[in-house]
Amino acid sequence: MPTQDILSVSQVTAYIKSLFLMDPLLPDVWVTGEVSNFKAAASGHCYLTLKDGDASLKAVIWRTAARQMTLPRDGDAVTAHGYISVYERDGIYQLYIDRLEAAGAGRLWQAFEQLRGRLAAEGLFDEARKRAIPPRPGRIGIVTSSTAAALRDILRTLAARYPLVDVVLAPAAVQGLEAPQSIVLSLAALNRWSAERERLDVIIVARGGGSIEELWAFNDERVARAIAGSAVPVVTGIGHETDFTIADFAADLRAPTPTAAAGACSPDQRELRSALGALLARGLATTAGRLEGMTVAVAALEARAALASPQRGIARDRQRLDDLARRGGLATAAALRNRRAHLQGLARQVAALDPNRVLARGYAIVTRGDALVSSARQVAAGDPINVRVADGAFDATVQG
Amino acid sequence: MTDEPTFEQLYAELEEIVRRLEAGDLPLAESLTLFERSAALVERCNALLDNAELRVRELTQGPGDVPDTRPFEP
Repeated sequence: MPTQDILSVSQVTAYIKSLFLMDPLLPDVWVTGEVSNFKAAASGHCYLTLKDGDASLKAVIWRTAARQMTLPRDGDAVTAHGYISVYERDGIYQLYIDRLEAAGAGRLWQAFEQLRGRLAAEGLFDEARKRAIPPRPGRIGIVTSSTAAALRDILRTLAARYPLVDVVLAPAAVQGLEAPQSIVLSLAALNRWSAERERLDVIIVARGGGSIEELWAFNDERVARAIAGSAVPVVTGIGHETDFTIADFAADLRAPTPTAAAGACSPDQRELRSALGALLARGLATTAGRLEGMTVAVAALEARAALASPQRGIARDRQRLDDLARRGGLATAAALRNRRAHLQGLARQVAALDPNRVLARGYAIVTRGDALVSSARQVAAGDPINVRVADGAFDATVQG
Repeated sequence: MTDEPTFEQLYAELEEIVRRLEAGDLPLAESLTLFERSAALVERCNALLDNAELRVRELTQGPGDVPDTRPFEP
């Protein structure tokens, strides 16, 4: 018998698995190869083998990951990201794929992850660096293509929500090899404008939706550093909701689209108008409260010392307050009182017109056929009429 | 640049006035004067919104590397 501990199969497999988990490379790895034996199970999970000339690697795509990717076919050259671990039951190791790209695109994402990791480690994306976007900016800078739909969307949004804002556009190429440099220069030009000429409260960096390659300028390190280094806060609106770029991480605020970026930089004027009304109402409420309290105090004084003149002063102040409130378009307590009195007057008039209440006082309604008799000339001797009083009706004949 | 106060300045003044009114430690006459001022500020803010038209300029490079702007023609 061996002298060392004897391990069960489960124990040794668990030990091997723990080695995989502690490994510096295997928990986060990009692997490129050719897809074979691809099978989508009824459960939604997918199974495949990645191969190259010399080796093969079993791989799994769980259902949740599979739903979010374009599934490969046998023979596809792909770059897969995920972790490699042990499947204890079969005693095999395999790649658990969470991201899958065509081989070329995979290299792009690899560069993306590396740059993101490096800049994050540097602290470039730290929450503490993010500055607040002013709620009502006076002047906004925009970096985008001057001919693209993104700019039209932004300007239309600003014009509808907050036309008071002053816009300074720094046109830039937003796709192609020259785009990163162009974006950096435009950001610098706006920062210079803000420092030397007219203060900018916020800068929007935007581009409409496109393929991953078309958006790639916004994953450039120079662009990320220019955004993070901007003296003016930056809001990005790049691509669609699902596109995240390095520029987004570096910005003070990431909006999902150009239109949303414009919205994030501008108050809605309808909300602004009601906020103005609310401020005025608060001022009125507190001032009216003061007056009310003063009136009570004066009334008490008056009762004791019969002082009449301060009461007149208060009445004059209240009048003035009401005038002011009217100018501000607010209903004052006095106006409400007047309106209620008016309504009560109307209610009394309506009640007075109720025929039943008239009949109750001893009057009668006389009809001949369907016609109401309101004149003695409408009837002649012998005509049958109907007489209605408060509690009923009876037929009668005109005597003359 | 003009000396006309901006919307933001008017709005900030309005907020400050309401804050002072609500603090409640002012003489009544001063409260009334401030409230009058706040009503005027709201009128001016609304008028600014009513008359606003989005102004868009684009940056240009003037002579001698001096930045300038011109009206933007979409």
